Amino acid sequence: MASHTLSPFPEELLAAKKQIRERARSYGLDFFPVIFEMCDYEQMNQIAAYGGFPQRYPHWRFGMEYERLRKQHHYGLGRIYEMVINNDPCYAYLQESNQLVDQKLVIAHVYGHCDFFKNNAWFSQTNRKMMDEMANHATHVRKHIEKHGQDVVEKWMDVCLSVEHLIDPHSMFLNRGPLERQRVVEDSRREEPEVTKYKAKDYLDRWINPPDKLAAEAKKNREERHKQRHVTPGRPTRDVLLYLLEHARIEHWQADCLSIVREESYYYAPQGMTKVMNEGWASYWHSTLMTKHFVEATEVIDYADHHSGTVHMPPGNFNPYKIGIELFRDIEDRWNKGKFGKEYEESENLGEKKRWDKGLGLGREKIFEVRRVYNDVNFIDEFMTPEFIEKHKFYQYGRDPHTGQLRIVSRDPQRIKQTLLYQLTNMGQPFIYVVDGNYCNRGELYLAHQHNGLDIEIKFAVETLKNLYKIWQRPVHLQARIDDDMILFSFAGDQPKQQTIHDDLPKPAHQIG
Amino acid sequence: MILKIEKDHQRFRQIVKGRIREDLRKFLTKGELIGKEGKHLISIPVRGIDLPHFRYGDNSGGVGAGDGKEGDVVGKGQPGQGKGQGGTEQGQHLMEVDLSLDELAEILAEELKLPRIEPKGRHRITTVREKYSSLRKVGPESLRHFKRSFKEALKRQIMIGDYDPDNPIIIPEKKDIRYRSWKEVKSPQSNAVIIFMMDVSGSMGEEQKELVRLESFWIDTWLRKNYEGIESRYIVHDVSAKEVDKHTFYHLREDGGTKISSAFKCAKQLLDAHYSPDEWNIYLFHFSDGDNSSEADSRECVKMLKEQLLPTCNMFGYCQVASAYGSGNFINVLHEHLRNHEKVLTSRVNSKDDIYDSIKTFFGKGH
Repeated sequence: MASHTLSPFPEELLAAKKQIRERARSYGLDFFPVIFEMCDYEQMNQIAAYGGFPQRYPHWRFGMEYERLRKQHHYGLGRIYEMVINNDPCYAYLQESNQLVDQKLVIAHVYGHCDFFKNNAWFSQTNRKMMDEMANHATHVRKHIEKHGQDVVEKWMDVCLSVEHLIDPHSMFLNRGPLERQRVVEDSRREEPEVTKYKAKDYLDRWINPPDKLAAEAKKNREERHKQRHVTPGRPTRDVLLYLLEHARIEHWQADCLSIVREESYYYAPQGMTKVMNEGWASYWHSTLMTKHFVEATEVIDYADHHSGTVHMPPGNFNPYKIGIELFRDIEDRWNKGKFGKEYEESENLGEKKRWDKGLGLGREKIFEVRRVYNDVNFIDEFMTPEFIEKHKFYQYGRDPHTGQLRIVSRDPQRIKQTLLYQLTNMGQPFIYVVDGNYCNRGELYLAHQHNGLDIEIKFAVETLKNLYKIWQRPVHLQARIDDDMILFSFAGDQPKQQTIHDDLPKPAHQIG
Repeated sequence: MILKIEKDHQRFRQIVKGRIREDLRKFLTKGELIGKEGKHLISIPVRGIDLPHFRYGDNSGGVGAGDGKEGDVVGKGQPGQGKGQGGTEQGQHLMEVDLSLDELAEILAEELKLPRIEPKGRHRITTVREKYSSLRKVGPESLRHFKRSFKEALKRQIMIGDYDPDNPIIIPEKKDIRYRSWKEVKSPQSNAVIIFMMDVSGSMGEEQKELVRLESFWIDTWLRKNYEGIESRYIVHDVSAKEVDKHTFYHLREDGGTKISSAFKCAKQLLDAHYSPDEWNIYLFHFSDGDNSSEADSRECVKMLKEQLLPTCNMFGYCQVASAYGSGNFINVLHEHLRNHEKVLTSRVNSKDDIYDSIKTFFGKGH
């Protein structure tokens, strides 16, 4: 959307914006330049449905999200105050119907997010020109639609989106790319495999490195290498999408769509991995900036109302804003008072622990460090203390199998934390690996689910397999543990099959637990 | 300003309505937003499409916060759904479905077909269509009217004395160009009348009356939304029948025995007086608990239907509600004598949940 279709940034906010920005800088926040745009609620709903961007490729799922947001808005069940996207410069959209005090709150909140985007390690590999990239994606998909027809392209996008989660967020930190891969393969063909050779003086060499042993090892290595050459992938890979892109026999435009979906998945992954931290950080800063500097006496009630609205956690719910901000405050307090380390941990005196205050004043410094290196999983794992869990009255609930009601299962901090971590690990998605791309030497794709305590859903898994078949165009398999049995789900174009894995079945190239 | 997302939104609506992409229908989900109105919780339906992906199975456990000890119930799970939400506020699951009339009619339209109203008579039902009958100075090039544009150019050139009859070169300018434009034409189509007959006898309890009123209300609403100028007439009966206005029909409380034939007679009189079958499409709906006073009357009804009503009407819909007292035999009588009659449709309604299915029986096939 060209900026001229949006309302201009109101005069009265310009001064406030500048003040908030400078104040945020003085606290040490460090962000990309932020471009604020005003939009009405319909534009806001559109931007939110588009995942924060002014345009995306044509697809019904954005329309679906839009309908939900619109209904939510119409029935007064929620409104969106702001959207901000991770880009350099950062774009932030403000709802023009916000009151002045809301706008100030939201601007402060946005600077918090922008600082997080720029400095959190998990965002370091994201594309900072995503605004342009998204527009390019839209153009690409539109071109494909013009050439191949809407139904054809849309169906293919559905297939791609059905596997969009199958990426490896950690691989962002590896140097990947087809060029390097190519080179490795060629090198391995040319070079003689290395053998274990110990350093020795010339006259001792024959005995320390016996030639026949070396020859035997070289032969063994060569055979190994030969066998490896037919093994694909070289090791189990979680970036299923990349594997498909490199090996599936799909047309150029299909590969283009698939790579678009993959690229966007990688772009959004860090946001999924740091939801609690990101919102917590932004809330911490809007709260600090507003209460210490920018709330006028006449605005206090409105500010308090809206702030408590964002961090409100109704009984039984989980609000990332609330948990995030409380954890950051707790960390700040603990590091200010020195409530950490061996001495504190090992103190048995509860009263003393409670009164503990060494006056270190390291809190601010610590939370800046935390926002730089952590993601939600290790953030909660490391900083959610039993005291914190007790203070906020957390509990673990589960379904009573007889009545279907949800009951409190436990208030044990360890179990509560574990449940939370389960939900946050891999953004609540199962771990799926490609373990063999040439199963039985028949070019069949073999995926495996790494079981971490929860079974995958069978019906959806089978439907997803069908979609994978459309990409791979050869039989596809998924190995998964269901009720303690290892099951192999297969789809080869006709009827989906499933069988318990037994010793007679050919083994895939790699094994996953 | 038209939003870019409108296209995606339209596409999604079409998929939900089942007009395109049949392959996605199996992934349709019915979600809801929970809102609050006064002290009631209301549920606003939200349709969605859940593309398959690898995900965990039932995972209703989670972490919440609040008071309570181990073993306390914190909420009603939603069986069969992957995500459940806990909550300590008990007894709040009084859901009320809140829909606007239009929204409901839209939902109905997703699954129902309109009755095929035949063109008859002096045209009272109108449909709107567009006719290209006028001209405008702006428009798309594809609608350019060459002849008129030429004429305008000629006129202009004559007026300013630019026209030379010996060398008749006409050069149209931008302001000469005319484009075809349309007007909305209401074209009359056909006449239709719906006659609602309701049993208000003593055996019909409050609950039963509520059910038939609801159902006839929706049939009425839905047909009216789709056809402009439909006429509805309302008849109530116990042992004798009379025509009433709409308001009375929906609010009347009566008592007494049941004589279904009286309603048919009343309907027949009404039709004879006002609605000639040559000019009108006639739809009859009868609601009752099926507890007719005598077998003889039931036979009389069948006879009347066969000889007088069915030959002239497009459809006869009979809807029977379950009653605590009656035998509910009338539906069986109809089945026995008129089972395969193409104009007769019957349905049973035992609770509010059945209303939708019943309406579907009547209109599902496009009668």
